[in-house]
Amino acid sequence: MAIVQSKSQRWRKLAAHLFLLTLCAAVVFPFLVVLSVSLRPGNFASGSLIPQTLSLEHWRYVLGLPYAGPDGRLLEPDLPVLRWLWNSIKVATISGLVTLLFSTTAAYALARMRFAGRRALLTALMLMQMFPAVLALVAIYAIFDRLGSVAPWLGLNTHASLVLAYSGGIAMHVWTLKGYYDTLPQEVEEAARVDGASVWQTFWRVLLPMALPILAVVFLLAFIGAIIEYPVASVLLTQQDQLTLAVGAKLFVHEHNFHWGDFAAAAILSGLPITAVFLLAQRWLIAGLAAGGVKG
Amino acid sequence: MSAALLQRLLLPAAVLGLLYALMGVYASGQTLLAAMLLAVGALAIWTYSSPRTGALRYLFPGVAAALVFVVFPMLYTFGLGFSNYSARNLLDFERARAYLLEERIREQGSEREFSLHREGDGLRLLLTGAAGELLTPRFRPDAEHPQDLTLVAAGETLAAPLAMAERVALLPALRVLRLRDAAGQVYTLSSLREFAQSRPLYVEAADGVLTDQLSGTRYQPDAGEGFYTSASGEQLQPGYRVNVGWRHYARVFTEPRFRAPFLSVFVWTVVFAGMTVLLTTALGLLLAVLLNWESLEARAAYRLVLFLPYAVPGFISTLVFKGLFNQNLGEINLILHGLFGVRPAWFSDPLLAKCMLLIVNLWLGFPYMMVLCTGMIKAIPADLYEASAVAGAGPWANFKLITMPLILKPLTPLLISAFAFNFNNFVLISLLTGGRPDQLDTSLPAGTTDILVSYTWRIAFQDSGQQFGLASAISTLIFLIVAAITLVQMRMTRLDQDHKR
Repeated sequence: MAIVQSKSQRWRKLAAHLFLLTLCAAVVFPFLVVLSVSLRPGNFASGSLIPQTLSLEHWRYVLGLPYAGPDGRLLEPDLPVLRWLWNSIKVATISGLVTLLFSTTAAYALARMRFAGRRALLTALMLMQMFPAVLALVAIYAIFDRLGSVAPWLGLNTHASLVLAYSGGIAMHVWTLKGYYDTLPQEVEEAARVDGASVWQTFWRVLLPMALPILAVVFLLAFIGAIIEYPVASVLLTQQDQLTLAVGAKLFVHEHNFHWGDFAAAAILSGLPITAVFLLAQRWLIAGLAAGGVKG
Repeated sequence: MSAALLQRLLLPAAVLGLLYALMGVYASGQTLLAAMLLAVGALAIWTYSSPRTGALRYLFPGVAAALVFVVFPMLYTFGLGFSNYSARNLLDFERARAYLLEERIREQGSEREFSLHREGDGLRLLLTGAAGELLTPRFRPDAEHPQDLTLVAAGETLAAPLAMAERVALLPALRVLRLRDAAGQVYTLSSLREFAQSRPLYVEAADGVLTDQLSGTRYQPDAGEGFYTSASGEQLQPGYRVNVGWRHYARVFTEPRFRAPFLSVFVWTVVFAGMTVLLTTALGLLLAVLLNWESLEARAAYRLVLFLPYAVPGFISTLVFKGLFNQNLGEINLILHGLFGVRPAWFSDPLLAKCMLLIVNLWLGFPYMMVLCTGMIKAIPADLYEASAVAGAGPWANFKLITMPLILKPLTPLLISAFAFNFNNFVLISLLTGGRPDQLDTSLPAGTTDILVSYTWRIAFQDSGQQFGLASAISTLIFLIVAAITLVQMRMTRLDQDHKR
């Protein structure tokens, strides 16, 4: 770095700070507004950023508690937000585990074994990742519609169908895991092999314990991916009780039925845990994301 | 238990289980899916029973999942693009035919009033009329399962008839009853108070032609259109699914009322994805360079705050912006009104709606680019900048001559995948504008802010026609475009790899 600093340095620094602060304000502004709206009484109240009167009606609403309506009567919440949150967590956990199950062994074979077609398979996985499920929505809908007529637990409006539809998206995770396996020393496994361990034993007893951190990251990525997934869930789920949060949240901000306050509380309630997880794990997540692809 | 014994038990169980599942899928009419499952299932059984399948044993679960849930829907979409599958042609031929043959017309003058009587844990139905009273045997009301009952002449004493309210509650169960009298005439429920004789509306001839019993019109099954059609061109509902070949593709490319919206949607898709990548990269790169400036204070704090949009789930921040941009109640217009006295109509003016989408997507997307660029700038050796400082270069020269050229190459493939991602950024469009405001004078609803995927989604799921076939054809076209982008990217990535090695 330059040791002699030019005179313009101070002005440039000031300009940089000004620019960064403006941008930070633009980033933080929506969050502050949402927080403020969630604490203001009424769904249409517009006012200062710092609410004059605090009201917990929207929080009572999203937590499923009866709340005082505009005319003072107690009202029952009509949208089951907590239920949606639970649905999201359930679907995301199961599909995260399924994804992990499918991708760990596949990545192991791709990283450690040499077989015909290995390179082609890696390319094919890369290609698959480029095709988003949005493009196959009609097919996914038609398939589960038909399946549901034979096995209702697998048809439209079931969480099983959603988990299945998500479980195919393993391409990116296989690549992430393979990248990590590649960085692990092979000598330990070879030593285990010399001591008489089978292929499965080296995988299960030697490699997997070493790969635990990346397994956690892949689970988290799959989990977050399933929580924020909207298109497939919006097509497969239509019954209000079955919705995930991503689909349900939309119901608050209809063109003519604008529940701004209730939505704000719901957004904080559901967005905060995911954001916290993301920020806590970001150090590891970013490596995986940079290897894998773009956020959805 | 020994491994060999376990295998001997597991294998037949797996085969039986697979066959059972296959029968179910096949019975649902999913011949293609059944074939796919058969292939995958057979591969599974071979993989785990043969001793010489090494790597495949580990690859199989992942590869099978990808085949069934990614490759199969892709192929299925391609296939649907050639069919007329839609809300009007939902059923297959056999089910549409059966549906039409079930349609019945009421015989004039055969109506009979009825009353319901409870007997034990069941019900009995009494039909009254000029020709005497008829009575059903005891039955249990069940709306799910149609029941055939034989009528007998009434002569017994019955309990008092049920009240009207109870009768109304039982309507769904009454609707599926078919009462047959001694002469073989069938009575079905015709109104709240009456049962009436009915006969089939259509009678099928040996050559498959349906004849309308009222008007005598003959309806010929038309395998090209998927409808029973009369000589004058009248079509019976429901239609059925048939193969229509390249018709959807021909419509997209030749029909002017179709081509114009498709083209404008396509152009906007490219502009949207291109502008998004351009803007997010420019801002992300600028921030990465700034935050890499060592004498700048509080860099870690800035980085954390600026990273926030990436950490918040996209569906939430998009909906938040939908609220903020609301014309009359949104905070953004409140501020603009306070400062400049204007209230832009973000959702009803096409140009403003497009600007809003770009602004929101910039907000959502720049942290990702910032993180990527930061990583790449960190990888540039510091002695390059020391040398340039000795040579007296300023920050702009540093950026133009060192930073930019060195990160452009590794950044290019990521930019292309970001382009491909935004090309299909359904979530943003769907949650923020839903494609609105709509274009006028189009044969299908098309919005001025619709990108190709959201346009396809509207054709398939929102338009009352539910034109799944047409939507699939457009999906296939998008597949091809994305595939072309992917090929370009792979070519570039390979160039990049060759360069490094």
